[in-house]
Amino acid sequence: MIDLPAPKQDVLDRRDAVYEGLRAILPARGVITDPARLKPYETDGLSSYRQMPFAVVLPETTEQVAAVLRFCHQNGVRVVPRGAGTSLSGGALPLADAVVVGMMRMNRILEANYGDRYAVVQAGVTNLGITKAVEADGFFYAPDPSSQLACMIGGNIGMNSGGAHCLKYGVTANNVLGITLVTIEGEIVKLGGTHLDTAGYDWLGLAIGSEGQLGIATEIIVRILRAPEGTRAMLAAFRANEVAGACVDAIIGSGIIPVALEFMDRPAIHACEAFAHAGYPLDAEAMLIIEVEGSVAEQDALLGRIKEICAQFDPISLKVSQSDEESAAIWKGRKGAFGAIGRISPDYLCMDGTIPTSTLPRVLHRIGEMSAQYGLQVANIFHAGDGNLHPLIMFDANNADSMHKAEAFGADILRLCVEVGGCLTGEHGVGVEKRDLMGVQFTDTELDQQRRIKTAFDPDWLLNTAKVFPLSDTIPRAA
Amino acid sequence: MIAPDEEEGFAVAIRAAAAAREPLAIEGLGSKSGFLRPIQVADTLSTRNFSGIPLHAPKELIVTVRAGTTLAALEAKLAEAGQHLIAEPPHYGFLDARAQTVGGIVATNLSGPRRVAWGAMRDHVLGIRAVTGRGELIRSGGRVLKNVTGLDLCKLFAGSYGTLGVMTEVTLKVLPAPEATGTVLLRGLDPHDAVEALSAALGSPYSVSGAAYLPQEAAMALGFERPVTIARIEDFAESVTYRLDRLCALLHRFGIVEKLATEASRTLWRAVRDGEALPVQPADAIWRVSVQPSYGPSVLRKAQDAGMFGYLDWGGGLVFLTGPATVEAHAAVMAAARRAKGTWWLMRAPEPLRRSVDVAPPEPEALAAIRRRVVASFDPAGILNPGRLFAA
Repeated sequence: MIDLPAPKQDVLDRRDAVYEGLRAILPARGVITDPARLKPYETDGLSSYRQMPFAVVLPETTEQVAAVLRFCHQNGVRVVPRGAGTSLSGGALPLADAVVVGMMRMNRILEANYGDRYAVVQAGVTNLGITKAVEADGFFYAPDPSSQLACMIGGNIGMNSGGAHCLKYGVTANNVLGITLVTIEGEIVKLGGTHLDTAGYDWLGLAIGSEGQLGIATEIIVRILRAPEGTRAMLAAFRANEVAGACVDAIIGSGIIPVALEFMDRPAIHACEAFAHAGYPLDAEAMLIIEVEGSVAEQDALLGRIKEICAQFDPISLKVSQSDEESAAIWKGRKGAFGAIGRISPDYLCMDGTIPTSTLPRVLHRIGEMSAQYGLQVANIFHAGDGNLHPLIMFDANNADSMHKAEAFGADILRLCVEVGGCLTGEHGVGVEKRDLMGVQFTDTELDQQRRIKTAFDPDWLLNTAKVFPLSDTIPRAA
Repeated sequence: MIAPDEEEGFAVAIRAAAAAREPLAIEGLGSKSGFLRPIQVADTLSTRNFSGIPLHAPKELIVTVRAGTTLAALEAKLAEAGQHLIAEPPHYGFLDARAQTVGGIVATNLSGPRRVAWGAMRDHVLGIRAVTGRGELIRSGGRVLKNVTGLDLCKLFAGSYGTLGVMTEVTLKVLPAPEATGTVLLRGLDPHDAVEALSAALGSPYSVSGAAYLPQEAAMALGFERPVTIARIEDFAESVTYRLDRLCALLHRFGIVEKLATEASRTLWRAVRDGEALPVQPADAIWRVSVQPSYGPSVLRKAQDAGMFGYLDWGGGLVFLTGPATVEAHAAVMAAARRAKGTWWLMRAPEPLRRSVDVAPPEPEALAAIRRRVVASFDPAGILNPGRLFAA
């Protein structure tokens, strides 16, 4: 278990008074203190870490969020923001002395404006829920993390979530126009708006991806886009990772930016095929899923060009989908990757480093060597166009040694990502999982500057304490 | 003027200025030194001698550029590899110097017509190196396309007008330049119908990458006789042909739809990008107002009523205005923007006006308090372009 800061004894000592204070702000259904009902909140998508929270509150309005934060600020109580609890980096892991602010009851879509191409939604609306609300009118919300069925837009704001289609459409920060942010002092500030550029400092850009360190977003103005006429996928399989990597370079080098460009290595292909029966070639070392969009004629033209490029790399198989059903089949294995790994291993860690794409062969080779050293299997799934690597390390959480090794293996992969010019996390966030590796990527001077910004928003370091920054530093520092 | 040719030189200069509490003007080539609030400084620290392109990896869609590199030099380098800057930064004809630096265009977060579809300069800043007001070198982001490690200072620095630190190097996402481009054009629409047509185009599945409306005077400045409404497609040649046809069919209800082929389209959008449709006089002021697109026409009309000229870009969402540099004209712009729930900049104006009025909307007090603390955390002595954005 990861180290968490010692609970504030004075808060624990005032337990009843704090509960009473929260109940004075929220309706009874919005305050949870009973251990049996707190239990579901003890972990998130990084389920090997667990901690029972001090209390959970479920506000229904921005004003209630503001009142809760003001109360916590006045009483020195730590706060952990939470959306759907799908964070893979432990971003919503509770603390024994912290109030978890769950946003799931703020789940309304307030406005969809097609003429001006935006929607206003509350933080507890699911990512897919936004698209579902506007798709009948031909629109969609672009970022599509794998957890999009469950994850909430508020959490996407916290982590600056990406997805398989961000090569073309960008990540959350590129698709959000404004947020209503509640500060720890209980102030409600609107950042951005229904327009594109905003005068003054880009607080919106700073807040997105700040992992709940600066405030809690309650309302979000997202850009919605008109859906393309259609999309179609193809599959290309190769004899070596290097060859598939070179093919990716050649596609991008030709001027084509597919909407998605996914890479799977041999273990990933086998695991996904066994699970989904998607028709993946089992004799391949590496496989690409490439998706394009446009009219049928445009799809044909683009896939024709891509197929020609792939053919230069001696592919084992090349399969261009001829229908929506065939495209869905090609995606089926990839989209079921987590389930597929879950089927062959009791537990897995999903890593999330990003690397310069030119270093892919070297990185995959090193990961293979580490896998042998640690005696743990790994399957690699990779957003190839943008260099975001997802090694899935398989282990057994009931075996302390296996878990310890898996964590060490994961940390080694992330160090490698930084060493080759990449970063610790491409879309999952630092959370609690990678906080102690921050020194691998940043100097103390750089971390100090980030901490000063945190202090400017949250002087007492009450918001999502023990995340993002190395634990030894999760105390306010003089600016 | 201090103009280091090594990164360490910026740290030395800033530490000395901080110790002496002597404010510095931070600039590249000074092309935008007449923007926003005037500043009182002891010296100027310029990036102009710190130039070069240490890394361009076309297949990774990235380029790393020293801040003092000219925008034109970067664009030429990218063009050699068939690539371009996604946000299409403007080369305004009314700048104080002909050339601008890459650091300057990031620090002012200025974007061209493509912003409506593909994001602003700030959306494509992957990494920065900067020397803060403490004289400390910091990095944020990196050289990869996806990176959520730590707070995103790249976005905070983009548009900060040199008030947090001196960016010494930026890494930008770049994309292949389109093989072809084309434009559909409608003549004679009023602003309301024009924005409705542009919304239909932007809300279509055809990936419109530019959407502007030039009223009478602006259209005449570009050689048209009547107002024009234009929407652009950039893609492979066969897609441009197909999509222009589809747009013609879609916009038919607004009038006769004409098509411009690649070269004519490029020339027209360059003019829109660079503000050539604005009849700017040297003593005039220039404003940018950013609103939700359907409110663009009302802002434009109110500005016209107050004696200003302007045009709409970003589908109606950017109102670009010029007019007399008076407090009354400025008040009219502010009022129109406020009624439209938008935001505004007094970009350029003679110094007396810029000194006496807000150049951007004042922040609510809660945010202003946070802003003062954040700015002080970067620049405790208050020596970097002090007061450039906000008076206090």
